[in-house]
Amino acid sequence: MSPRADIALPRLLAGMPAHGAMGLAEHRASSGELPYTTRRERRGAGALIDLVEQAGLRGRGGAAFPVARKLRAVTAAGGRTPLGKRPIVLANAAEGEPASAKDRLLLESLPHLVLDGGVLAARAVGADELIVCVEASAGAALQSVTRALSERERAGGDGLRIGIQTVPEGYVSGQESALVNLCNGGPAKPTLTPPMPFQRGVRRRPTLINNAETLAHLTLIARHGPHWFRALGTPADPGSALLTLSGAVSHPGVYEIEHGAPLQSLIEAAGGTTSPIRAVLLGGYGGTWLDGASIPELLLSNDRLACDGASLGAGVIVLLSAEACPVAEVTRATRWLAEQSSGQCGPCVNGLDAIAGALEEVLAGQPSAGVGKRIAHWSTLAKGRGACRHPDGVVSFVASALEVFAEELADHARHGPCDACVGPHVLPLPTPIELAAAA
Amino acid sequence: MSLRLKVNPIACEAHGMCAEVLPELIALDDWGYPILDERPITPELVDHAKRAAQACPTFALLIERDTPPQREE
Amino acid sequence: MTVLLGAVGPSTYWYLTRSTGAVALLLLTLSLALGVAGVSRFSSPRWPRFVVDSLHRNVSLLALAFLLVHIITAVLDSFAPISLLDAFVPFAGSYRPFWLGLGAISFDLLLAVTLTSLVRRRLGYGAWRATHWLAYACWPIALLHGLGTGSDVKSTWLLALSIGCLAIVALAVGVRAITGWPEHARLRGAALGATAVFAVFLVLWLPGGPLGHGWAQRSGTPTSLLAGGSRK
Repeated sequence: MSPRADIALPRLLAGMPAHGAMGLAEHRASSGELPYTTRRERRGAGALIDLVEQAGLRGRGGAAFPVARKLRAVTAAGGRTPLGKRPIVLANAAEGEPASAKDRLLLESLPHLVLDGGVLAARAVGADELIVCVEASAGAALQSVTRALSERERAGGDGLRIGIQTVPEGYVSGQESALVNLCNGGPAKPTLTPPMPFQRGVRRRPTLINNAETLAHLTLIARHGPHWFRALGTPADPGSALLTLSGAVSHPGVYEIEHGAPLQSLIEAAGGTTSPIRAVLLGGYGGTWLDGASIPELLLSNDRLACDGASLGAGVIVLLSAEACPVAEVTRATRWLAEQSSGQCGPCVNGLDAIAGALEEVLAGQPSAGVGKRIAHWSTLAKGRGACRHPDGVVSFVASALEVFAEELADHARHGPCDACVGPHVLPLPTPIELAAAA
Repeated sequence: MSLRLKVNPIACEAHGMCAEVLPELIALDDWGYPILDERPITPELVDHAKRAAQACPTFALLIERDTPPQREE
Repeated sequence: MTVLLGAVGPSTYWYLTRSTGAVALLLLTLSLALGVAGVSRFSSPRWPRFVVDSLHRNVSLLALAFLLVHIITAVLDSFAPISLLDAFVPFAGSYRPFWLGLGAISFDLLLAVTLTSLVRRRLGYGAWRATHWLAYACWPIALLHGLGTGSDVKSTWLLALSIGCLAIVALAVGVRAITGWPEHARLRGAALGATAVFAVFLVLWLPGGPLGHGWAQRSGTPTSLLAGGSRK
């Protein structure tokens, strides 16, 4: 293990270059050689899983699943398959959340941090192949990873096959089974599980899928150890995390925080708000809205946010200005989310479409009778009845919006579009959604 | 050992034959997709459940052993 | 040679093969219609979907059963030199080889459709669905076989049956092509067009063909069985 490193922030983003990516030489100079590299070390690479378990690392892709558990499951599955079915690792940087930029940032600026993590994870589970999944539209990230891979080739390689898989744009394209489907030559659409990817995934091999940020943390844990990792954060949510802060804030962008830090301190680090805040969206478009008034009490860790029914998800935080129209924002986003359904499951396709339609009616001031009840009814029908969790996320997004924005919704239902409806859009959407009401 | 109904939501095309054959445990939602009673199938209904699974034209209705409904990611 | 065989005389087999052939055509027609009803999601209080589906499967199996009798009796009947092989391998026989061969093709297609349906779970939905389309090819070939080989083609009952079945199938194909319009519009249009062309072809061909003079000879009946034959 490396000599004691500074436990304070920044950790992942330490030494992040102002422009371009940190090259391999510089990366090695600042973080030392990659552990578990020699033959002998590699045989003991399974010990890395113990370190990850002690560190309490949880996935950063949104589900916050305990990483050690996943590593063990893949290792065990790999031990059970016949020769030739070694596990395979996917580094997931297919950042489907429009309001998230952390994975792209890591690949663009610190690719070796992520690649080291992928290589270490592969060694820990006995995999012989690593595939880095990048959104096809993320040009800079793709270039950076490609360059980083050739740097590593020239330096002698990592002893395993490393490739890149471009992922088509889409909210659900980065879902685990969708990635496996894509790598198997199919569309980037979720498939029915079981079998779970860790049992049978890419080319029928046990597949480990970790978010890019998760792998970056894994690299640092391998270097500095679990105690170092736990020196920041809370017991239930140890370590640091990357959050993408946007909306009514002076300097939107990706920030590294210590788990448990107050949201207020993050806002201050980002230069403060640019207007009064009506509400905050936590976790992404499958997450939860909370009233702006609660911001001073909010602490950025999953176990604390759970008390308010929220979570950090993929680390997305959007501050909604009091000058924007929440009804228009939520309606637009919901309609986009409905269109982002992979279209495979009836309850999702129909349910989300019906909910989006109802919100459009409310926005336009022409709600049919009992619209609130019908949204609740459709939400019950959509939740848990798809092959993936997309409808569940949208249902949560809408349900929290109905609660937080009850007043504005009632107002729109009675009077139709407000002045703020035609204001600048807050929630980013890759494919623009124009609603008739806002015209 | 318990048997439970499960549906593959991707294969399901809302033909609705399952609900005709096994109305005791399967209802159809607003769009014709099955809402399953996920509790263990009682012994008298096991044969009907098997017929319902055979009736499905897309093999979407499944009968599973033991594992209670769970969602692990 | 033909007259002195015992109780089950050769003419019994001949009657059986003709009648079971006609019934098989009728059952295949019904099966196709039920299949279209199923995929078009037809249902009514008296006809739930699972009944339509069950009937479709059972009628198909019944058609196959009648076909097996049709084939076996044709083989057993010593008037026409038809061997068991001719039921599976088209155009190799000596009795009206082309028209009999169509029957073999139609039978092969039906076997493919039926056998794949019996193992559909093992086969998987995609492969099963793909093979099942062959049913639409099976039917017209069966009809042409019946019109070309049948010795009853000039009789009213068979003509009426054939036309009636054609009408049912044309209607079913029409319903099938319209359901889901305009998705795959080109294919659906082609299907409707093909059906119309087939009907027109029959109208133009029948009078000068099977209904015309000397069809038995023109269709390839061995000369030894012609003219002086003891059959009508």
